[in-house]
Amino acid sequence: MGAFFHRHKGVTPYLLLAPGALWLAIFFVIPLVFLGYQSLQSGLFPNFEFTWEFSNFSDGIRDYHEQLVRSFLYAGIATVACLVLAYPLVYWIAFRAGPWRNLFLLFIIAPFFVTYLVRTLAWLNILADEGPVVGFLRSINVLDEDGRLLATTFAVVAGITYNFFPFMALPLYVSLEQIDPRLLEAAKDLYASPTQAFLRVTLPLSAPGIVAGTLLTFIPAAGDFINAALLGTPGQAMIGNVIQAKFLESLDYPGAASLSFILMGLILLALLVYARIVGSERLTG
Amino acid sequence: MRFVKRHALTAYALLMVGYLMLPIAVVILFSFNQPAGRFNYVWEQFTFDNWINWNDVLGIQDAIVTSLEIGLLATVVATALGTLIALAIVRHRFVGRGATNILVFLPMSTPEIVLGASLLTLFLNSTAVLQLGFWAIFIAHVMFIVSFIVVTVKARLIGFDRHLEEAAMDLGANEWVTFRKVTLPLLAPAMLAAALLGFALSIDDFVITYFVAGGEQTFPVYVWGIARVAVPPQVNVIASAIFLVAIAIALGNVIWEYRGAKRARGAT
Repeated sequence: MGAFFHRHKGVTPYLLLAPGALWLAIFFVIPLVFLGYQSLQSGLFPNFEFTWEFSNFSDGIRDYHEQLVRSFLYAGIATVACLVLAYPLVYWIAFRAGPWRNLFLLFIIAPFFVTYLVRTLAWLNILADEGPVVGFLRSINVLDEDGRLLATTFAVVAGITYNFFPFMALPLYVSLEQIDPRLLEAAKDLYASPTQAFLRVTLPLSAPGIVAGTLLTFIPAAGDFINAALLGTPGQAMIGNVIQAKFLESLDYPGAASLSFILMGLILLALLVYARIVGSERLTG
Repeated sequence: MRFVKRHALTAYALLMVGYLMLPIAVVILFSFNQPAGRFNYVWEQFTFDNWINWNDVLGIQDAIVTSLEIGLLATVVATALGTLIALAIVRHRFVGRGATNILVFLPMSTPEIVLGASLLTLFLNSTAVLQLGFWAIFIAHVMFIVSFIVVTVKARLIGFDRHLEEAAMDLGANEWVTFRKVTLPLLAPAMLAAALLGFALSIDDFVITYFVAGGEQTFPVYVWGIARVAVPPQVNVIASAIFLVAIAIALGNVIWEYRGAKRARGAT
């Protein structure tokens, strides 16, 4: 075996690659081709026909623009909420937590160890109408007598924020942790106030983490349907809910497939706009 | 006032930890609840019964066994495939290297619902060869875990001291023996970390699994099905058990690293 590798050195990387790359080609790339093929079909289950049915796409946008806009809005709000909530926490862990760093990082990852669906159901317990949170908010008149948190936009966005929080916090931590504390000392020696030092040194140096965290949070959040399904009502339905229902309940495969592509296309568009704003080298680097 | 200013950030950090831990605490707490009705949303009474009779609910034991089986199988296969890809990308310069990087990166940046939907269309259009169910879930899990394995092992390979391998070759070992006796043992910790991550991803996955499951039920698919009817406290028991095992492994790792760092400091 060793002799074979020795004689055909140029082949080695391809032999190493072959099994994994083939797996990804067959079960990731080819399915996307099938999805594209399905998205241009017409007819009713189970007799679909390939007819270059581009109207699936225009119909999809016409019928479900509300859910599409909502998905991007919810995902956007949740991403910003994650960033605002995570930054001070991660900053504290990186610069102030000392030997407790790893323990606090563990606290950030811990929600991942509880099954996604179960931790979302836990928010049902917390936000329940008879629960302590609603009771408290009613007693201080933030909520009406019969006001509720469940089945509201707030519950869905809060659920998304909680569930994808680690995706924001971890890359942020990595970028903050790499900052050389001597740079901050230098800023101080040059008479920068703490605010100035933060705005001119720390914040720019943590930009790669902000960019990575934003992408890692926004992309899965835009396609999520679990939070809307468990914590919301049809009035909070996101595009993921529509795709899921079309595929698995109403068996409208062409409609579901075209909506999947619309979702991917819009995410790509959002990424391009984002790249224009933050600079493309930051997105890829 | 200065005291408040100095400790405001610490207080905030502790508050955030409380926020992050709250649902976990609720999951564990309600695993000890004795619900009055079908739903386990309101605290009634403390009991150990749910933990003792953890498999007393129809289907829950089969679901968790399926989850564990698929998790193990998919992790072993994905770790092997992913490590090989990482070796190729880091160790070799070849035509198609850039394309391979993209192929590995793309599944991680595609929404899960699209991964699940596209796999479902593949399976539906090739029913002669591929059926939905256990093996479809296995295939899907290997597919989406591989990328994470590649990234994890790659990070380790980049900081790898190749002198050890060169030394082995100088001492007469051929490439295969060198790989088996030097490279593999050195890579083992990274592969183990990658495998643990892969297993965690597999056992937690709902969206992709749900699309290709057919009639098969993993634990998350089971929870989804039962969530509309009635969530028995046994669901909390299983979720708590998974959490405690995972946290024990992670804590063990933290302590191990901490002691390792301490020993390294002591040595110098």
